[in-house]
Amino acid sequence: MPKAIINNKEVIVEEGTTILDAAKKINIDIPTLCKHPDLDASAACGICVVKVKGSKKMLRACCTALEEGMNIITHDNELQKIRRTVIELILSNHPNDCLQCARNNNCELQKLAADFGIREFPFPQFLRDVPEDESTKTIDLVPSKCILCGRCVQVCQDLQDVWALSFIERGHKTRISAAGDINLSESPCIRCGQCSAHCPTGAIAEHDQTEDVWRALYNEKKYCMVQIAPAVRVAIGEAFNLPIGANLTGKIYSALRRLGFNAVFDTSFGADVTVMEEATEFVERFVHKKGKLPLITTCCPSWVDFMEKFYPDMIDNFSSSKSPHEMLGVLAKTYFAQKNKIDPKDMYMVSIMPCTSKKYEISRSNQMYASGYQDVDTSLTTRELARMIKQAGIDFANLEEEKADNILGDYTGAGVIFGATGGVMEAALRTAYFLITGKNFKEVKYNDVRGLEGVKETVVNIAGEKVRIAIAHGMGNVEAVLNKIRQALAEGKKPPYDFIEVMACPGGCIGGGGQPYGVTDQLRIARASGLYSDDDKKEIHFSHDNPYIKQLYDSFLGKPSGEKAKKLLHTRYVPRPLYKK
Amino acid sequence: MDKLNQKKIEELREKLQKQRPGFVKVGVSSCGIAAGANDVLDRFIALKKKNNLDIEIRKCGCAGMCYAEPLVEVSLDGRDSVTYKEVTPELVEKIVKNHIISGKIQEDYVYKTDTEKKQFKLILSNCGKVNPESINDYISLGGYRAVEKVLIKENRQEVIDQLKISGLRGRGGGGFPTWLKWNFAKGVNADKKYIICNGDEGDPGAYMDRSLLEGNPHAIIEGMIIAGFAVGADEGFFYIRAEYPLAISRVQKAIDAAIDYGLLGENILDTGFNFNLQIRLGAGAFVCGEETALIASIEGKRGYPSPRPPYPSVKGLWSKPTVINNVETLANIPIIFDKGGDWFSKIGSQNSKGTKVFALTGKVKNSGLVEVPMGTTLGEIVYGIGGGVSGGKVKAIQTGGPSGGVIPKEYFDTPVNYESLQKLGSIMGSGGMIVMDEKDCMVDIAKFYMKFCVEEACGKCSPGRIGTYQMLQYLKKISKGKANMNDLQLLEDIAYAVQRTALCGLGQTAPNPVVSTLKYFRDEYIAHIKEQRCPAGKCKDLAKYKIVEDKCKKCGACIKVCPVEAISGDKDKGYKIDQKKCIQCGKCFQVCSFDAIKKG
Repeated sequence: MPKAIINNKEVIVEEGTTILDAAKKINIDIPTLCKHPDLDASAACGICVVKVKGSKKMLRACCTALEEGMNIITHDNELQKIRRTVIELILSNHPNDCLQCARNNNCELQKLAADFGIREFPFPQFLRDVPEDESTKTIDLVPSKCILCGRCVQVCQDLQDVWALSFIERGHKTRISAAGDINLSESPCIRCGQCSAHCPTGAIAEHDQTEDVWRALYNEKKYCMVQIAPAVRVAIGEAFNLPIGANLTGKIYSALRRLGFNAVFDTSFGADVTVMEEATEFVERFVHKKGKLPLITTCCPSWVDFMEKFYPDMIDNFSSSKSPHEMLGVLAKTYFAQKNKIDPKDMYMVSIMPCTSKKYEISRSNQMYASGYQDVDTSLTTRELARMIKQAGIDFANLEEEKADNILGDYTGAGVIFGATGGVMEAALRTAYFLITGKNFKEVKYNDVRGLEGVKETVVNIAGEKVRIAIAHGMGNVEAVLNKIRQALAEGKKPPYDFIEVMACPGGCIGGGGQPYGVTDQLRIARASGLYSDDDKKEIHFSHDNPYIKQLYDSFLGKPSGEKAKKLLHTRYVPRPLYKK
Repeated sequence: MDKLNQKKIEELREKLQKQRPGFVKVGVSSCGIAAGANDVLDRFIALKKKNNLDIEIRKCGCAGMCYAEPLVEVSLDGRDSVTYKEVTPELVEKIVKNHIISGKIQEDYVYKTDTEKKQFKLILSNCGKVNPESINDYISLGGYRAVEKVLIKENRQEVIDQLKISGLRGRGGGGFPTWLKWNFAKGVNADKKYIICNGDEGDPGAYMDRSLLEGNPHAIIEGMIIAGFAVGADEGFFYIRAEYPLAISRVQKAIDAAIDYGLLGENILDTGFNFNLQIRLGAGAFVCGEETALIASIEGKRGYPSPRPPYPSVKGLWSKPTVINNVETLANIPIIFDKGGDWFSKIGSQNSKGTKVFALTGKVKNSGLVEVPMGTTLGEIVYGIGGGVSGGKVKAIQTGGPSGGVIPKEYFDTPVNYESLQKLGSIMGSGGMIVMDEKDCMVDIAKFYMKFCVEEACGKCSPGRIGTYQMLQYLKKISKGKANMNDLQLLEDIAYAVQRTALCGLGQTAPNPVVSTLKYFRDEYIAHIKEQRCPAGKCKDLAKYKIVEDKCKKCGACIKVCPVEAISGDKDKGYKIDQKKCIQCGKCFQVCSFDAIKKG
C-alpha cells in the first residue's frame, strides 16, 4: 500500500493504483480525454500530465502507478498552461461545430473546453477530409470529429474482440475506419454500438432516426405504437439528471403518450413470451433430447450477428426464439390488430431500445416480417428517445406516472430482469423449473447468475437433474465460453454446458450501446439493481403465471412452440461472411 | 556440417588462420555497390580466372571511407596491404597487370589519408576486413571467441558484472546503461525472455547500423547470444527495416551459417545453452525504432508506442521480459567480452565509455562513417576527420537526427558524450552528424526536420500528431516571410507543450531542432519575420536577386531566361531586376557566368 503526497495531501492507495485514481480518491480531478474506466489507458491525449517534485519529466496520470514517497503536483501554472495548449491543439483538428453535433451538451471535449474557458482558437484549423460512414444504418462514423483517443478501437478489439474498427493511415492523417478502409457494413462489425457509447465526442454516434418517428407520429393515418425495453427505464433518467438507476417506467409511458403514440406497450411483456418459448425449447432439448445442447439464448442481435459471422458451426445450438421486441412487434400487428380491428398496414411500431443493433435486427431476415408487414418499423435508442422528449417540451422529471396498454404492456418481474446480464437465464430457469417439475422454484432468485463478472458458471438442480449453466457478457468473454464448447466437441467430449446466456454488451442491455453516455461499472450496477427491485416489487415473478400470457396463448397463439407460435415467434440463422465484397 | 564445440572451434580457427594467403578485398557494402563495386569485383574474378592467379578475391564491408568507394585492398602475402580508392574496372586491369602480377604498386591511385589516424576503429575495424558472407573469415579473425569465453567459463552474474565494469551505454539514442537493462531482464522470473536487435535505423543521413549489419553481421549475432545467455533468453529477433535488403540478406546468411556450425540453436558449443534467432522486417515507419512500437510491430500490431513503465525489460515482447539493444550497442559486446570490461572502460570519457560511430554527412569534405573515442571534440570530428567544408565556412552541426539539435561552431570544442550534447540542447542520438555551412538557413533546417517528424509521426498521441503538424505550419509561414512575432510565440508554446506531453521519445524530442535553432540562431528567425529576409539566402520565397554592377559583363544572358520580364536594360546600360516582378525562380542566378547576380 504505497503512501504518497498529491498536492500536499497524503494519500494511501492499493499497489498499482494510477495517479489519476489516487487523486480522485482525495477529490482531485485530473482532466483526461482518452482514459475510460472500462479500458486500459491508451495514453493518447496527453492532457492528464502531472509533475513529480524533483523530476523534470511530466508523467501521464492515467497510466503511471503511484509509488511510495512520490510527491505529486497535479495543478499549477505550468501544467494549466500546457494542458490548455494541448486542448487548443486538439481543437485545431476538430470541426468545433458543436451546434450541429450529436454530442452537443454531452461531449467530453466540449466540457473540457468549457472548463478551461477556451475563448479563441489560436492555431489554424485543419480537418480530415474523409466522408462519413453511415453504411450500417445503426452507427455513424464521422472521422472529422474524431480526436483519436482510441477508445472505440480498444472497445472493438480488446473488449469485444470483433476487430472491425482500426486506425488507418498515420501521423496527422490517422483516422478510425473499418480495417482496410472499407465500409463498416462490409466489415465484421456486429453493430453493438459500444464504440458509440465510449466515444468522448460525436465521432461515432447512433444513426439518428427520430425524424422517421416524428413523421409517423404526425401522420394522422398511422396508428403509432411503441414499446420500451427493460433496460431503458433504469437509464433514461441520466439524460434528465435524475438519480442513477431510478426506475422511471411510469414516466416513460406518460411521456410516450404525450409524444403522440396511440398505444404504449412494454417489451418486458415480449420478454415474458420469449421466456415461454425459450424455456419450452430448453425443456424439449434437455428433457426430451430433441435438439442440440447447450441451448444458447438469442435475445441479443449483436450476438446473433457475431455468431453467424464467427461461430456459424453453433447455429444448431441457437434458440430459434425471436428477441422480445420482435415478438411484441408481431403480436401487436396480429393479435392486437385483430382484437382492436385495426388494419396492420396502418400500424407503425417503434421500439425504444438500449441498443444500436436493434436498428439492424428489425430487417435482418424474412422472419422479421411475420405479420405480413415489418413487425417493428423503427428502433430508437434510449438516447434518441431522451432527445425526442426534450424536443417535445415535456418536463420529464415532474411527469405523472401512467400505465401501459393492456395486454401487451402487462409484464412480470421475470420479463423486466431481461435487461441485466443473467436476467434472461434467470427468467427462463424460473419457467423451465416449472415446466419440468410442475412447481414454482421456492427461492425465486438465482443469485449465482447475477452480477458483473465476465463469465458466470453455475449448476442448477432441477428435479434431480443438474443443469450446467454459463452466462457471458462482452464478446471477449463470450468467446472464452464458446471455445470451451468447440474444444470439448473437437475432443469428442460432451460440451461442458447445457444452457448459455450471451449478451454482447458488458453488463447486458443495461450497458447497451444505445444507453446514455458515461457508463461505468458503478452505473451498470445501479441500473441493474433498478431492474431487480422492479422484479422484487412485482406481484408475479414467473412469466408462466402472467394471466395475460395465459390469455394470449389460450385465445391466440395456442401452445408454446406450437404451430402458430413457431410461425410468428421463431426465426432462423444463416452463416454470414466476415467481409462482404 | 558438424556442430562445433570448444575444441573444434579452436582447431578450426587455428587452421583458418594458417591458410591466409594473398588477397584482394573489395568493399561491397551499399556505399561501395552504389559506387560500382560489383563491377570491380566481377572484373577481378574474371581476371583471376584468365590469368590463373593464386590470390583470393574477397568481399568485405565498409570501414567508413564511403566518399572514396569503391575501395580495394590488395595484399600479396596476406600481411602488408595497399588500398586503392575510387577503383573502376579499367583500374582493376592495371592493378592486376602491374601490381598483382608484376609487383608494382600503382601509387597514383593509392588511398592515402591521415584522417584515419585520428580515429579509433573498434567496431568498424572488422567491417573493412572480414568477409560478411563467410563465417570462417569471421572465426579466423577471432570471431565467436567472446561467445566461447562467456558460455564456457562465465556465469550470468559474471557477464552482467563485466558489462557493468565496461560502462557501455546504449548507442541508439537514450544512452541507458546496457548492463542495467540486462540486469532488469535477468531479475524477472519468466518462462520466456527475448533479445531484440533494433536495426530500424531511420534518422536522415544516418547509416551506421546498416554498415555494421552489412559489414560484420556475425558480430551482432555474437552480441545477441551473449545477451541471451546473460538474461536467460533463448530466442531473439533482428528487427531490420525492409529498405536494407543487403543487410537483411547478409544477416540471414550469417544466421544460417551460425546454425550450421551450432553457434545458434540447441546446446551451443556443448554448453547446454539454447538460442535461436529470426529476422523481422520493419515496413519503414520511423516510429518503429521506438522500442515499444517496435515490439508492437513484431507482434503483428500497428506500430504504436505504448506508455512506459512497464519497460520492455520487465514486460516486453508478448508481455515477456525483453532486452532491446541497438545494432551498434550489440557490436560492442563481443569486443568487451573478448578484451575485458576493464580494457573497454579505458576508452572514452568518464561517463561515456568506448567509441562512437558517426555518420558524418552534409557539407563536409570527407563524408562517411567515422569512429572516435567518446570525448573527442566536435571540432576534431568536423575539421580533423571530416576536413571541414569545401569552399565555405562551417556554421553548425546537427547531431542526433530529428530528435537532436543544431550546435553552432562556437561550441565545437565540446567533447562528444551523452551529457555534453544534451547540455547544448542536442543529443548524441544514434550518431547522425550533418555539417552545415553559411548557405544553410536554420529556419529551413528546422522545417526539414519538422517535416520529417510530421511525415513519420505515428498519430497516436495528440501532441505528437497535431503539435508537430502545427509547428510545421508556423515554420513554413516564417520561411515565407509571412509570420509575425505572435506566430513565433505560438511556435514556442507548442514546442514546449509537445516536449512535455508527447507519449514517446520520438514525440518528446520532435521540437528539439526548433528549440535548438531558436536558442542559437534566433536572429535568423527574426530576420525572416521582421525583415522578410533569409540571411543564408536559402529560403526560396525570400530570396532577392540583385545584379552586382562591377561584376556584370552586360552579356544579357539573364534577361533572356527571365520568365516574367523582371529584368530590364540593355548591353550598354547594363541590367536591373525589378523586385516586384521577380518570382525568385533563380534562373538568372544559374545562368550568369560571372557571379554577377547576388542572392540574399
